[in-house]
Amino acid sequence: MNAILQFLSDPLPFLVWTTLAKSAGLLGVVLVMVSYTVYAERRVSSLMQDRLGPNRTGFPTSLLGFGIKDWSPFLGGLGQPIADALKLLLKEDFTPAYVNKFYYWIAPGLGIGAAIISLAVIPFGSSIAGVDMVIANVDIGPLFVFAISSLGVYGIVLAGWSSNSKYPFLGAVRSTNQLISYELALGLSIVPLILIIGKLNLVEIVSYQVQNGWMLLPGITAKAPHLPTLEQFLTWIPVFIAFLVFTISMFAETNRLPFDLPEAETELVSGYHTEYSSLKFALFFLGEYTAMITGSALIVTLFLGGWHFPGIPDGSAAGWLGVMWGLVNIGVFLAKVVAFLIFFIFIRWTLPRFRYDQLMKLGWIWFFEIALVNIFITALIVTYVH
Amino acid sequence: MAYKVPRPNLTFAEKIYLPSVLAGLKITLGHLWRMLRGKTHVCMQYPEEKWDSHLPDHYRGAPTLVSDEFGRTRCVACQLCEFICPPRAIRITPGEIPTDDTFAKVEKYPEQFQIDMIRCIYCGLCEEVCPEQAIFLKKEYAIARTSRAEMMHNKAKLIEMGGLQPGVVNKWNEKK
Amino acid sequence: MSPILFWIFSALMLGFGAATILNRNPVASALSLVVSFLGLAALFFGLDANFIGVIQILVYAGAVMVLFIFIIMLLDLKAEQRRQINIPALLGGVAIVVAFTAQLVTVIRSYKAGNEPFAAITPNLPDAHNIGMTLFANYNLPFQVIGVLILVASIGVVVLSQRELK
Ligand code: SF4
Ligand code: SF4
Repeated sequence: MNAILQFLSDPLPFLVWTTLAKSAGLLGVVLVMVSYTVYAERRVSSLMQDRLGPNRTGFPTSLLGFGIKDWSPFLGGLGQPIADALKLLLKEDFTPAYVNKFYYWIAPGLGIGAAIISLAVIPFGSSIAGVDMVIANVDIGPLFVFAISSLGVYGIVLAGWSSNSKYPFLGAVRSTNQLISYELALGLSIVPLILIIGKLNLVEIVSYQVQNGWMLLPGITAKAPHLPTLEQFLTWIPVFIAFLVFTISMFAETNRLPFDLPEAETELVSGYHTEYSSLKFALFFLGEYTAMITGSALIVTLFLGGWHFPGIPDGSAAGWLGVMWGLVNIGVFLAKVVAFLIFFIFIRWTLPRFRYDQLMKLGWIWFFEIALVNIFITALIVTYVH
Repeated sequence: MAYKVPRPNLTFAEKIYLPSVLAGLKITLGHLWRMLRGKTHVCMQYPEEKWDSHLPDHYRGAPTLVSDEFGRTRCVACQLCEFICPPRAIRITPGEIPTDDTFAKVEKYPEQFQIDMIRCIYCGLCEEVCPEQAIFLKKEYAIARTSRAEMMHNKAKLIEMGGLQPGVVNKWNEKK
Repeated sequence: MSPILFWIFSALMLGFGAATILNRNPVASALSLVVSFLGLAALFFGLDANFIGVIQILVYAGAVMVLFIFIIMLLDLKAEQRRQINIPALLGGVAIVVAFTAQLVTVIRSYKAGNEPFAAITPNLPDAHNIGMTLFANYNLPFQVIGVLILVASIGVVVLSQRELK
């Protein structure tokens, strides 16, 4: 027993097993979050449309004697994600005869793989017992996320192309089109942030915000929350512009309405995954929502102080207290991400879809230019402030 | 001749689109908020809440066989409904009424009368074609069972569902 | 980087590079090229050049190849697949490859510095920082010139595409 403990606390094995544990834990949390995001999506959308949404497949609360009706409009339906997952698993997995089998089979994996891998660099908590709550602490955090998630588009393209059918194909063409319109703006929009912070490492970006206030809400620091000073207010202007551009581009990146052109149920049947069924369809679905979570997590990390919340210390205290605060930090981070996910859902059920030429115009003519000008403004302000 | 659709002249606020996003959010979130407070009641929770008391008299539910004031099943097994039924849901086996019966002059009665409710499309043609006003579509609409056999309504079931319905057709009454 | 990983990624890169030219299907070719780029990026990561590795993925695999595939998918793929192999062209190509490789081998053989071991590299270089310093401090003028060149090219494209086709 002692020998095992000894082995586990050696530097290399320690690194390996903590990383594996973090990955497994994050994956588990994300999968649960994905299924409940789908549920939230259905419930919120129906409430917005004066419907009720799935409110039956619940846990038998009345059998347990809670006295709540199982189909009560707001508590029922919590079992729906489980039922959905089972249904998707058990359905017939049908491969049409005319598809390009190899690419048809690897496409779903590409989509979800990209979405999950890019989660690796996001610091989802401070630290627990001295272990940083980030899977890969690399110096190129945001770029890594962009790079990997831009590979996710191959999942869509391959799905559309290998399905050998016209609607998926149109979806695939649209998705490449969409990628080249927003990706530039997405990348450029965070340059001001990096100019101000001077770091590319997401962990350091978060700790900068802990010290100097959240990027979007400069008054909130680890010390006392206060009104922003003049310097903070000046740097806040480009950050706000960057936030707008980045968030809107994120909607395009995650293929969410108003930019869900590759899917566009009302135009392309079901877009790039029209020919998919069962588990392979579920993978696309998972990938889409995981990308949404990654996007929200990135926005939270870059603009909203990551796991930090005023009054809550990080997990550096010794003993169980530190562990507890570390867990609370993770909770804060997840809460912020959830808030953003719900914002995503609100927007989805409010706005109509953009046409693809409108998206190109938005990406190339507006956001690209705004992001560029924003970089210059930031450079000026940063020189002034320093 | 091509017709040129005039483009609307958008104001600056409309062009940057964000105000309209907020306006849209105001509407949708308003609906959400009213739903959360239980102010909107549009959906009915089906098995618990029903619309039954609002069903109109001409509602077309499951077809049934009705009986006249003597408790006699009105049907004379003429089989017109069997022939007109578009999905051929009805199967009738006619039988002969014995001569010593009160209604001997009716001559025929349905020995068996089956309606396959998996097939029935609730069109009401059987009710319309029946010369005896013997078959009526009642307000029963929740016909859901767990086996095919149970979905087959036999004569006893149909008569039970139909119940008594004194009608205008009384040509078989002794009084006449 | 452990030698095993180096060999794996090199093999991946070269193998898929070969697949790029050998595949008859243009989309499959383009995708092989993407995998080849990924292998190259992995080699960069192995050298602790994280920034270059990520830029390799972001720019080549993520943007340039997506554009390529976008264009390829709009073409008639069947015609490409039916095309016969042109024997003289094939032979010419092979000859050039052989000649080039032979030249490369002789040049590298006679290059002294190629035989000397590298100075030890300190791991975890801040490579984004280094690249920035090199570009903007040492090679500022060439960098600006390249920037202007690209600007001219992109303006040229806009002008050309704006012209009405008669
Ligand atoms: S129900 Fe009416 S139409 Fe049908 S067989 Fe009986 S009498 Fe004839
Ligand atoms: S309602 Fe229509 S379908 Fe049903 S039994 Fe009567 S005729 Fe047939």
